Amino acid sequence: MLRALLFTLSVVAIAHAELCKPDAQNAFKVRISIKTALGDNAYAWDANEEYLFKAMVAFAMRRYSSKSTTQISNVLLCNVTDRVSFWFVVTDSSKNVTTVPGSVVEAAIRMNRNRINNAFLLSDKTLQFLKITSTLSPPVEPSTPVWLIVFGVVLCLIVAGIVFLIVSGIQKHKKKNKESTEGENLEEKVEVTLENGIPCEALDLKAGHINGVFAADDERFTSL
Amino acid sequence: LSSAPESPSEDGRPKWDNKLQYILSCIGFAVGLGNVWRFPYLCQIHGGGAFLIPYFIALLFEGIPLLHLELALGQYLRKGSIGAWNTISPYLGGIGVGSWMVSVLVSLYYNTVLTWVMWYFINSFQEPLPWSVCPLNENRTGFNEECYESTAVNYFWYRKTLNITPDIAESGTLQWWLILCLAACWGIVYLCTIRGIETTGKAIYVTAIFPYLVLTIFLIQGLTLPGATEGLIYLFTPNLKTLKNPRVWLDAATQIFFSLSLAFGGLIAFASYNPTKNDCEKDAVTVAIVNSMTSLYASIPVFSVLGFKATTAYWDCLDRNIINIINEFDLPEESIMRQNYTSWINFFNSSYPEKIAGLKLKSCDLQEFLDQSVSGTGLAFIVFTQAIILMPGSQAWAILFFIMLFSLGLSSMFGNIEGVFTPLLELQIIPKSAPKELLSGIICLICFLIALCFTLGSGSYWIDIFDRYAASVPLLVLAFFEVIGVVYIYKIKRFSKDVEWMTGRKLNLYWQITWRFISPLLLLIVFMAFVTLQMQKPPSYAAWNPKYEGFPMKEEKVYPPWVQAICVLLAALPCVCVPLVVLFHLVKQKCRRKDPRLVPPEVFSCHGANS
Repeated sequence: MLRALLFTLSVVAIAHAELCKPDAQNAFKVRISIKTALGDNAYAWDANEEYLFKAMVAFAMRRYSSKSTTQISNVLLCNVTDRVSFWFVVTDSSKNVTTVPGSVVEAAIRMNRNRINNAFLLSDKTLQFLKITSTLSPPVEPSTPVWLIVFGVVLCLIVAGIVFLIVSGIQKHKKKNKESTEGENLEEKVEVTLENGIPCEALDLKAGHINGVFAADDERFTSL
Repeated sequence: LSSAPESPSEDGRPKWDNKLQYILSCIGFAVGLGNVWRFPYLCQIHGGGAFLIPYFIALLFEGIPLLHLELALGQYLRKGSIGAWNTISPYLGGIGVGSWMVSVLVSLYYNTVLTWVMWYFINSFQEPLPWSVCPLNENRTGFNEECYESTAVNYFWYRKTLNITPDIAESGTLQWWLILCLAACWGIVYLCTIRGIETTGKAIYVTAIFPYLVLTIFLIQGLTLPGATEGLIYLFTPNLKTLKNPRVWLDAATQIFFSLSLAFGGLIAFASYNPTKNDCEKDAVTVAIVNSMTSLYASIPVFSVLGFKATTAYWDCLDRNIINIINEFDLPEESIMRQNYTSWINFFNSSYPEKIAGLKLKSCDLQEFLDQSVSGTGLAFIVFTQAIILMPGSQAWAILFFIMLFSLGLSSMFGNIEGVFTPLLELQIIPKSAPKELLSGIICLICFLIALCFTLGSGSYWIDIFDRYAASVPLLVLAFFEVIGVVYIYKIKRFSKDVEWMTGRKLNLYWQITWRFISPLLLLIVFMAFVTLQMQKPPSYAAWNPKYEGFPMKEEKVYPPWVQAICVLLAALPCVCVPLVVLFHLVKQKCRRKDPRLVPPEVFSCHGANS
């Protein structure tokens, strides 16, 4: 009896060792970075955490396919390193000593990735399933781009400023015109341009004689 | 035959409310974007602290004399650039026209740079900053390919902002978001320059002082960042060997020249609104020294932030290598830290060389990250924005940074627009009864419509062309003619008397020597060296082409012949004004001399003192 039990156990152990090893068929490598994610609040990776991991994988399998009857014992972990990283496979209890196809496992994990991450207080980056890519969430886009709102504010300020300055300029112009017309009515036009004591109006340029000697334009300019 | 200038109240010319406005306007014009993104770069590549030696020598023998010349000229003649040079001698009127033309060309493209700053500013209110994350691709399995291969910051600049085309010949389409921002920028410029110095004089209080506040805040913040000291040590460690390279001296001379915004006509315009009995000598020295000190002051926060960015990049590089090693050898987390990385890597190299080689680890060298020097728009829109993402409270820093850049650029725009506005006002393009607001409105509208070209897909390539050709060689030529014109045609003795009359003391020997010999000689040497250097390298540009094999490196392309023709035109047009005007007057004189009866009866002119 004891010998039979020992024999079955050893067969199961060998079978498990065959199924779960690095780069085995349908096996996935998991890499966990607890210290990076949690810093001082990091917990240690021990057998209890491994148990939780098996439970989460089994949960994911059951949730993915309602027909699935995956037990915690169906999830095999091996090659746990200090990193922390390990390999796992999911065996099929209905068919002896076979593993569930990788694509099914991948789809199940993908669907429940968020739940698995949250169980360990980790994220997609710190709980890595190598070979399973995660869908990236799109950035939040508000209905109106923010920059358009800011631009609108800036433009309103500019337009208001320009209108204010133009209107005040027109008002000043009108006031100056009113004052100058009042000033003109009060005093006579004393402004007479004089040239050598002779009022300019008196000089009839067309009738005067022009002395050709002094007529050259150069004198007004600086000599070279 | 120099007529005594009229006192300010009689000729109806606008004037500054107080001396501070004038000084701030000149400082604001001189201090621009170049002080922040060109000077630190030059310091870095030319041996750090050692660069200050040629810089201050250039300031002493080229910057301050030329600045004093322009301010004295404008203040004495009380006219804008075209009017002032026509007064000195009609044969030299071409200098004024050339300056005016350069001011127009620079106003066009400078405001487009401010458009980019405004675009980044209004995008800084988002959380997270739009240049910090890559957008997803269509089926949401990964990031956008162009963004993934370069960086999110590069993607936002080249694709989301410029929507750049891979070649200058491909114009692409008008980018509507840039058109909106361009309209806003020209609106702000119109708002501030609507009545000439009456309105810019008020605006300058904010736009000239605000950047200093922000620079101080960035200085304090920058010095607290990790890696800041590495950046500063790297910047300021002098490497005197670089002084043997003549390129360093050329760069120092050109930097001083372009930084002070000489030969634009804007400084002459500003000075022309001064009362004549004003100490222009002290003003010139003040403005020049403040400009250089600002450059130095700005380089400290810039380099603190660059040091911080280099250190963070170095740490990221180390961390990536560490993760790779830990994953490969399944070691526990945090067993390899940055401090003992080198000892671990040596151990692994000796015991498992093939595995380490298989990992393809990048070599992480802090010096290499610090050596990545960038200037110009690359510094502001790529390097700095990346550094800002890493700082806590990035929105606030981004907003502050871009407002600072905007004020720096805006105060320089005031000077450019004054250089365009004042001569046109004097030439009386619009009737005197029409308000000034109309002229400034027309100028801003026309410039806005022409600048729409820069909002095309290839716009930033064109801005590089304008920057390299329109705003470089013509200014050197015009400044050379300015000095020669004043010293040898107007005659230095006469000018010294004028300056003495204004400042109330005799002209120092220093000014006599620099104006007569040193500055013209220096300008000639700089001009020849500059042109020779430009001729040596073929006119090429770096294009952003996602389909290029070396992407994300930029593709070196040569300008097509029609673009090269435009480059030559841009550089030659302002310069050619000078001989053209001389020719025009010679021809006019010959025509007059041929027929004395055609002499117009303008001898008894009653228009008041016209000179």
